Amino acid sequence: MIQTALFIWLLPLAAFTIQILFGKRLPRKGDWVSITAIGISFVLAISLLIQALTHYDPEFVVTASIPWIDLGSFKINMGIYLDNLAIIMLMVVTTVSFLVHVYSLGYMKGETYYNRFYAYLSLFSFSMLGLILWDNLFGIYIMWELVGICSYLLIGFYFEKDSAANAGKKAFITNRVGDFGFLIGLLIVFTSLGTFNLSEINLGVSQGMLSGGLLTAAGILLFAGAIGKSAQFPLHVWLPDAMEGPTPVSALIHAATMVAAGVYLMARLSFMLSFDAMLVVAYVGGFTALFSATIAITQNDIKRVLAYSTISQLGYMIMAIGVGAYTAGFFHLVTHAMFKAGLFLASGSVIHAVHHSMDKIGEHGDPNDMRNMGGFKSKMPITYLVFLIFSLALSGIPFFSGFLSKDAILGGSLAFALAQHNPIHFLLPVFGFLAAAITAFYMFRLIIMTFYGEPKKPKLFEHIHESPKTMTIPLLTLAFLSLFFVYTIPSINPTTGEGGWFYHLIEKPVSAVSTQLGHAVYQMTEHAEHLAHVSGLMISIVLALAGILLAFAFYFWKKIDVEALTEKIKPLYLLSLNKYYIDEIYNATVIRGLLIWNDFLSWFDGAVIDGLVNSTAWIVRNFSVLDGLFDTYVVDGLVNGVGSAVSAFGKSLRKVQTGQIQNYVLGAVLGTAIIIILTMI
Amino acid sequence: MGLLSLATFFPLLGMVLILFIPKKNISAIKIVALVTTFLSLVLTSYMWSQYDYSLHGINMESQFQFVEHFSWIATYHIEYFIGVDGLSFPMVWLSSLLSFLAIIASWNIPKAQKGYFSLFLLLATSMMGVFVSLDFFLFYVFWEVMLLPMYFLIGIWGGPRREYAAIKFFLYTLAGSVLMLLAMLAFYFNVTDPVTGGHTFNMLHMFDQNNHIGLLKTFDGRFWLYIALFIGFAIKVPVFPFHTWLPDAHVEAPTAISVILAGILLKMGTYGLIRISYPILPDIARYTSYALAVLGVINILYGAFVAMAQKDLKKLVAYSSVSHMGFVMLGMAVFTEAGINGAVFQMFSHGIITAMLFLLVGVIYDRAHHREIDGFGGLAVSMPVYTGIASLAFFAALGLPGFTGFIAEAMVFIGAFPVYRVLTIIAALGIIITAGYILWMVQRVFLGKLNPKYENIGDINTRELSMLIPLGILTIFFGIYPMPVLNMMKMSLNYLLTLIP
Repeated sequence: MIQTALFIWLLPLAAFTIQILFGKRLPRKGDWVSITAIGISFVLAISLLIQALTHYDPEFVVTASIPWIDLGSFKINMGIYLDNLAIIMLMVVTTVSFLVHVYSLGYMKGETYYNRFYAYLSLFSFSMLGLILWDNLFGIYIMWELVGICSYLLIGFYFEKDSAANAGKKAFITNRVGDFGFLIGLLIVFTSLGTFNLSEINLGVSQGMLSGGLLTAAGILLFAGAIGKSAQFPLHVWLPDAMEGPTPVSALIHAATMVAAGVYLMARLSFMLSFDAMLVVAYVGGFTALFSATIAITQNDIKRVLAYSTISQLGYMIMAIGVGAYTAGFFHLVTHAMFKAGLFLASGSVIHAVHHSMDKIGEHGDPNDMRNMGGFKSKMPITYLVFLIFSLALSGIPFFSGFLSKDAILGGSLAFALAQHNPIHFLLPVFGFLAAAITAFYMFRLIIMTFYGEPKKPKLFEHIHESPKTMTIPLLTLAFLSLFFVYTIPSINPTTGEGGWFYHLIEKPVSAVSTQLGHAVYQMTEHAEHLAHVSGLMISIVLALAGILLAFAFYFWKKIDVEALTEKIKPLYLLSLNKYYIDEIYNATVIRGLLIWNDFLSWFDGAVIDGLVNSTAWIVRNFSVLDGLFDTYVVDGLVNGVGSAVSAFGKSLRKVQTGQIQNYVLGAVLGTAIIIILTMI
Repeated sequence: MGLLSLATFFPLLGMVLILFIPKKNISAIKIVALVTTFLSLVLTSYMWSQYDYSLHGINMESQFQFVEHFSWIATYHIEYFIGVDGLSFPMVWLSSLLSFLAIIASWNIPKAQKGYFSLFLLLATSMMGVFVSLDFFLFYVFWEVMLLPMYFLIGIWGGPRREYAAIKFFLYTLAGSVLMLLAMLAFYFNVTDPVTGGHTFNMLHMFDQNNHIGLLKTFDGRFWLYIALFIGFAIKVPVFPFHTWLPDAHVEAPTAISVILAGILLKMGTYGLIRISYPILPDIARYTSYALAVLGVINILYGAFVAMAQKDLKKLVAYSSVSHMGFVMLGMAVFTEAGINGAVFQMFSHGIITAMLFLLVGVIYDRAHHREIDGFGGLAVSMPVYTGIASLAFFAALGLPGFTGFIAEAMVFIGAFPVYRVLTIIAALGIIITAGYILWMVQRVFLGKLNPKYENIGDINTRELSMLIPLGILTIFFGIYPMPVLNMMKMSLNYLLTLIP
């Protein structure tokens, strides 16, 4: 199994190497190299999943490792940790990646840097698969950075556009801020436990070698990495801009896989989160879920709506980990990966169509702007159908996958609040339920604006066509994977995933944190989860339907005048439209401050430090001039008075005084040496 | 003559040969320079294949390899004593590699080729000499001899402000040398040779605390000698606030000289501290370690901040060196295995990466005749191969995993954190700032709309690729599999740690 995993992991690397070196010269620019590699990885991942299903053992795990760095007392081993979590994650990544590879055949056709695109996709797949497989935090950190650089390269794929180049840079640097925390967290763990290995960390924490405030700090700092990667508040700002990348990239990296890496990391580390750390995780996630949903309502760029929706859904997953609903959080990661990748690819299909139509009629507009769309339902039936399925899944409507996982998270947060004696924690389910209603609203706002009603631009509408098969087949596949029974087999209960293979394979790991309080709460939550399930189920269905109805009332039946309403609540509307001005605040404070500080230091370096150096030189130089004058008029005059023989000596001495400082220093050095040598003899 | 002497003096032999070649015969001069530096590289590579990984070196002659030990000036107990261990050998190999590549980089030097190549070969020999010397006097001779060709190479073949830069470099380093000379003489008079009972320049005798007498028995004496030696070495590193010669020297120096300056010369400062200051005065090294760590953190952040404000590409790379050398200082100040191995690995790694960066700056300067960051834009369109290699090098410089710099910096962080928590956390801010200045620069130079001025600029040529590809392969290879170098280093450095109280 380890061998299979290694193949899954390394095949895309081989493809990347071939592509980056020879891609341009290969037939079809080598797209088949990348697709073959990820295709084989995909098939191998299926074989792993089948093995996991035949074992059907929640405790299943295989490991293998080799020494990597060994300095004596300081050692790092690198190895693979293959459990059900990793296998399912491999399955998710290879599935989405393979489908995106195929989809890009159509979407990226004719691009100048077509071969480079596939090379980057392969490199990304390699890095992401490594992130899943490594058995230690150091290895995860390595791959974490590599997926970051792939994301940078792919966001900036259209690098000639300033906005794309900016977005790539912003993504990487914002992530580095989170990684700063991740790094410090790593250092705390290693300093306390002397290992990066996950199992050994688990052992060390359960033995109490890392505990108390330091453990909480380590948990929160490691979480900082996840805040960056999974675009949680306040480091979420990079993800909407990342939509500058080609749409298949948005689907693969910025919806399904890389951004979920933060959730995956927190799932892997959930055993070592102290209660306080879990609270921080839960609140960051819950707040982000609601916060970014409120931004998604007003956006007009189809991809930006989806981007804020992604941030919001990631918030759900993070909150799930924080409230101890581990399985639910990971479940949502998996279902979300399918339907959100689908949404992006479907929106790509729409954008692709608009783009081509714009080219035909010679219009230069923004192909992402939903205000130019409308009525596409008749022209793009397949895209419309899958879009609807994905949206229903995302909105949490029964019979679709998203319902199962989102409902589990909401139930979990409700259970957590019920189990706490502090009523303030009811904020968490409130965040969650509100966000659920808003999600349904903005998704159907998007669908109505794009697919229903009259075409806003008839000329553009005329040339809209359904996308080619390379694009629609991946979409249909993902739509199938958004249906509930995929995850509930062998049970066919559409209200819960429990009883299905997924819940069986993924079990909440036992917490290694030994504090009685934390542990007790943990246990209670699980119990309350079942109680909360039914009430959570009812509330979330009602809220989701209400959201959808409201969207129809606003945008389809036009029962409520949107314009008048926005006028009435203009400040709120502007706040949401401008994303709460967070980018502006960061620019005015952090970025501006940093640039001023840099310029100041640069000035300080030149004027003060180098100024000191130069003025020392100036003083020495002028002193030597003075010395020369003294020499000429005083010493030499004296010498002249003494006699001509001595005067000749004086003249020769004067030649030494060249005014060149280096000669003087050299003289001084030689002099010192001579004196010392003389004393030695 | 042993292998090590041959490797060291091959370039000097080349210089002597060049002196007999007529000035007009430029290609013969270049070929001699190329062949002799190449042979030197072949020899050091052969020595690597013969290297015995079980010997630790540092303070026992029997533990050194490729040792050659003769009396040179018997009256003053000066010896020709050379050898290598895990601390010096990576530097020796790197010197021979960069000397060879720098000759290729010098291929199109426009004037006075004969003078240039003979001075360059003298420089190559003296650099190697510094790393192999085990006699302090011999070390000092090589150290000083190095200054002379460097002064002329910057002062004659440099940019518009070459004379200012050359004099500044010369005076600054000379000031350091004076202090080093004084310290060396003080050691000479206060160390006895255990065999003869006389004075000695033999470093290994100086390392043995039992041989210390007089001044070296007093705390004040030891402290001030450490400081004198430290300033001498600190100027070379360069440690803040002695760094301002560096940007000037780099900006004016021709490409090949910048490569040598940043790739090798800077490492001599930290090498000297570890090779000489630490073993002779281990107690003071420990006593002053906090200050060194603070200076290291200042270097890391100050260098990075100032780099971000630069408008000249070469100056940006120069300040990035200040920043990256800070990791060496922080790592060596904490006396942990991960720390000191990380520090020396960073010396090796930075030598490779910064050499790439300066070569890359040279490539663009040769074509555009300027280095204004804002004067480019969109070069990725017209120079795709160059952009690919440059991205690789700059990603390596920003500490991306998969390249050597990441491993070195990670080891420094891991080694430093248990000792100085707050300092390490502050230093770790550097990973954000570094990503900032590098990606911002990459964007302004390579991304965005192509500047129409550079539509027809030629992409990187084969000669330039031949220098960059080996370095690129090295930084990736050792970035994935660092043990060949670390195995060598750890024997010596872990042993050295046992000498520090």
